[in-house]
Amino acid sequence: MYVAVKGGEAAIRNAHRLLADRRRGDRSVPALTLEQIVEQLALACDRVMAEGSVHDRDLAALAIKQARGDLIEAIFLLRAYRTTLPRFGYSEPVDTAKMQVERRISATYKDLPGGQMLGPTFDYTHRLLDPSLARDETVDEPERRDGDDTPAMRVSDILAEEGLIEADGEVDSEEVGDLTRTPMEFPMARDTRLQALARGDEGFLLALGYSTQRGYARSHPFAGEIRIGEVDVEFHVPELGFAITLGRIRVTECQMVNQFQGSAKAPPQFTRGYGLVFGQSERKAMAMALCDRALRAAELGEDIVAPAQDEEFVISHSDNVQATGFVEHLKLPHYVDFQAELDLVRRMRGEHTRRRDTQDNMPEAAE
Amino acid sequence: MTIGTDDGLATYNFAYLDEQTKRMIRRAILKGIAIPGYQVPFASREMPMPYGWGTGGVQVTASIIGPDDVLKVIDQGADDTTNAVSIRAFFAKVADVETTTETAKASIIQTRHRIPEEKLKDGQILVYQVPIPEPLRFLEPRETETRKMHALAEYGLMHVKLYEDIAKNGHIATTYAYPVKVEDRYVMDPSPTPKFDNPKMHMSDALQLFGAGREKRIYAVPPHTKVVSLDFEDYPFEIQTFEEPCAMCGAQGVYLDEVILDDRGGRMFVCSDTDYCEKRREDGHRGHLAGDAMEAAE
Repeated sequence: MYVAVKGGEAAIRNAHRLLADRRRGDRSVPALTLEQIVEQLALACDRVMAEGSVHDRDLAALAIKQARGDLIEAIFLLRAYRTTLPRFGYSEPVDTAKMQVERRISATYKDLPGGQMLGPTFDYTHRLLDPSLARDETVDEPERRDGDDTPAMRVSDILAEEGLIEADGEVDSEEVGDLTRTPMEFPMARDTRLQALARGDEGFLLALGYSTQRGYARSHPFAGEIRIGEVDVEFHVPELGFAITLGRIRVTECQMVNQFQGSAKAPPQFTRGYGLVFGQSERKAMAMALCDRALRAAELGEDIVAPAQDEEFVISHSDNVQATGFVEHLKLPHYVDFQAELDLVRRMRGEHTRRRDTQDNMPEAAE
Repeated sequence: MTIGTDDGLATYNFAYLDEQTKRMIRRAILKGIAIPGYQVPFASREMPMPYGWGTGGVQVTASIIGPDDVLKVIDQGADDTTNAVSIRAFFAKVADVETTTETAKASIIQTRHRIPEEKLKDGQILVYQVPIPEPLRFLEPRETETRKMHALAEYGLMHVKLYEDIAKNGHIATTYAYPVKVEDRYVMDPSPTPKFDNPKMHMSDALQLFGAGREKRIYAVPPHTKVVSLDFEDYPFEIQTFEEPCAMCGAQGVYLDEVILDDRGGRMFVCSDTDYCEKRREDGHRGHLAGDAMEAAE
């Protein structure tokens, strides 16, 4: 009945109350603690921190709990909080060569200074469901050895010594682009593009990266190096005149090494695709590196033939908070517009019927 | 001025956004007013409601609202649709302003998909929530191209589209978000209001502001500005007309919602603007179903 649209206020209140009830679930089951989420669903926290653009495990855990485990909803919660925080400035670039490495692998060299370290990886596990995890069984402490403090050199630096790979590129200015503070413009500078990719949806970038491997802008990639570990974040304080360390964050870095035949602009050499993500997220870092390389097509003078190379297409659709908002807004009322369409379709159908009737009644003059 | 939450954990600035952000948005608004119909890029923020729920309109309102303002929020013309209720409650909480459902009493009206039936006055501001600010978007998906087309006032493509509609259907098949030309210069998307509302934008006494949060654009139509719906001499622009008056208040020449009454094709038409309809009924106007509907509501 007409009254159906009334009472929005009470309906919203009751819906939220029901949501809180479903979030809690069966009251006889203990409530999840944030510590449990941080410790035991660490990779979910990492994804929420990365795409939410805030490095804070506890807040990520809170967002995951509040979102009932819906990670995109959790990312949204964190973003909406982030945007209210004051900005003090931008940190110094993190130096991943000085990373305290927990995992470091290269697919291009069998052995290299600093060694290959598998770290806590799913790789080479057999994906057999493990019923013992259903119980709270004691887990052995990991093997540990004393780390040597010599930093592991980057694989890209090995190639760079011979001039086989392009240089890292010069930064034009001290100012770093920030798409959360300035309106997005195309074409983008690479720093802003990398920021967009780092915040971008893992699934979307994964699919685009995959498409480049299947021939839509093939880039012959090699995983030159993937490293996961902790880096210092330094902040230059003008009053002090030097940079101080604010703390450490865990990041995943991927350097893709891509074949490049050379062009009118550049000699044949390997080119780079770069991925850097908060936390441990190799899939995202690798997908990001593939996309970064594909998006450098114009810069390297390559033909733009595939979706992954199309900056406006990729960057405009990579943000899952924007995407989910606009897709899901279709459930908001649209009856005013629908009424307008109804009216038009009815009118056009009426005209169609009248036209057909007049035709039917006409003598068959053509014969 | 800060507004605290119940638990005292977090505090938010007046009207949620920090003052720096408001200043940035006000600059964009001023630029928009200076160049009517031109889409000004702005660094849209994440808001505590999803993109698509009116984040652009909410940011514009948050940037212009002051403690003395009176806010009205409508969605589909109605004050009591869930999203309108939610946005109104948001500002009541973070800005502690007076809210109203009366069009005449409001200093700021945030809207989605409608312009109130009652004529807006000098001093009022109408804030539109805009999903896709670019009127050329469905003809040319690239922002880099459409910005060029606006810069050169190259709008032939839009006229071709409208012409093709007529050639194929005998009508211009755009019924909402019907493109307008502002002050003889920029072609502008009026947001997905039905084209019925387009004439209300022309020479309006009120300031009209448009916010698109996800697409990061703000644009404006200052008071007393020409807003002309695109058309052809032999196919002039026409608004929708309804065959029957509002079943509740008997109003004619207003936009109506079709309400399905049963599963046997029974339907009624009622004002989409709930405030307008209520006012008329208070004044004693009655539609042919008013008695029945009233009873059913109780």
